[in-house]
Amino acid sequence: MSFINYLSREINCKIVYYGPGLCGKTTNLQYIYNKTNPEAKGKMISLATDTDRTLFFDFLPLALGEIRGFKTRFHLYTVPGQVFYDASRKLILKGVDGVVFVADSQIARAEANQESLENLRTNLAEQQLDLDEVPYVIQYNKRDMPSIMSVEELRAMLNPTRVPDFEAVAVNGDGVFDTLKAVAKLVLTELKRGTPK
Amino acid sequence: MASPQMVMYEEEFNQIRAIVDRLVRDANAQVVFIIDKNGQLIAAAGESEQIDTTSLASLTAGNIAATGGIAKILRENEFTTQFHEGERANIHIQLVGNRVILVVIFNNQTSLGLVRLRVKKATEHLNGIFEILLQKAQDPNQQTPFAEITDDDIDNLFND
Ligand SMILES: Nc1nc2c(ncn2[C@@H]2O[C@H](COP(=O)(O)OP(=O)(O)OP(=O)(O)O)[C@@H](O)[C@H]2O)c(=O)[nH]1
Ligand SMILES: [Mg+2]
Repeated sequence: MSFINYLSREINCKIVYYGPGLCGKTTNLQYIYNKTNPEAKGKMISLATDTDRTLFFDFLPLALGEIRGFKTRFHLYTVPGQVFYDASRKLILKGVDGVVFVADSQIARAEANQESLENLRTNLAEQQLDLDEVPYVIQYNKRDMPSIMSVEELRAMLNPTRVPDFEAVAVNGDGVFDTLKAVAKLVLTELKRGTPK
Repeated sequence: MASPQMVMYEEEFNQIRAIVDRLVRDANAQVVFIIDKNGQLIAAAGESEQIDTTSLASLTAGNIAATGGIAKILRENEFTTQFHEGERANIHIQLVGNRVILVVIFNNQTSLGLVRLRVKKATEHLNGIFEILLQKAQDPNQQTPFAEITDDDIDNLFND
């Protein structure tokens, strides 16, 4: 749910990184955090387990610049990918304006990707949102790993509707900003299109 | 599309500001915040410069979301009030009209009883204001600044 403040001339949007456990969601945010100017970012918050798995969420506030005198601010969140944290995932998805699905390219994670994507669709539907109508992009991460699926295979499996998709190696930052820009653009385009309902 | 937008206008913002300013004084609190349920900061008053308000807003919203989830499992109505007592700082969290969260941070210069009393009064006023804001946001004739932006405007944001 975007928040437009006419007083401070700000527009705030919420973007959620979704995907199976260990696919690299937190790594995406860490890279963005490390590469962003101090003026443009707030503190990154990670509510994680002792073993660095996301327990509730990661949060990173970013300022992207101005459009027509309005400052655009994006709040990036990641969900915990582990299957049993589903209740938390539902909470993080509330009020989402845009979704990044981070897939793990490794062959061994094919099923985990599909389950997570199905879970995303279900959890969005619980708040009357249809994944096909929400600003949404896909990232095929871990392209540097040895046993990976081809992009064509991943596309066929995870992206039948052909939303914007990107290859990434999040640990090195490859594809990380391309993914973020694409989803931010879709969110702003949606704001332009849809007057408040 | 997605859930309704939250929109803030000058008139209502000034009313909200007045309420939180007053709450700081009446409750003798250090800081007062208003946050929406998605973790966006709406207004702050008191000694808020010393606090990372953006982080606090997102964590408080997460906290409310989590306890709301617990309430659902227990088939309980949402817990509308939370209080955490620390050694130096105490925090009182109040859900207002199931839409926004009123946070009061205070020390031993005041009492929980007084904070509760003043929060209750402020909550009643805030409820009315957010009711009006919601109606305004749902008005289909309401202009958004984004109706006029072009694809170029959006592209330019990323040209650096
Ligand atoms: N080789 C390689 N490793 C990666 C890549 N992206 C992330 N990793 C590693 O994968 C592991 C898990 O990454 P996280 O970002 O914590 O994964 P996550 O999706 O946040 O996992 P959960 O919090 O459990 O949902 C870490 O050790 C990362 O360093 C990548 O592109 N290539
Ligand atoms: Mg994580």
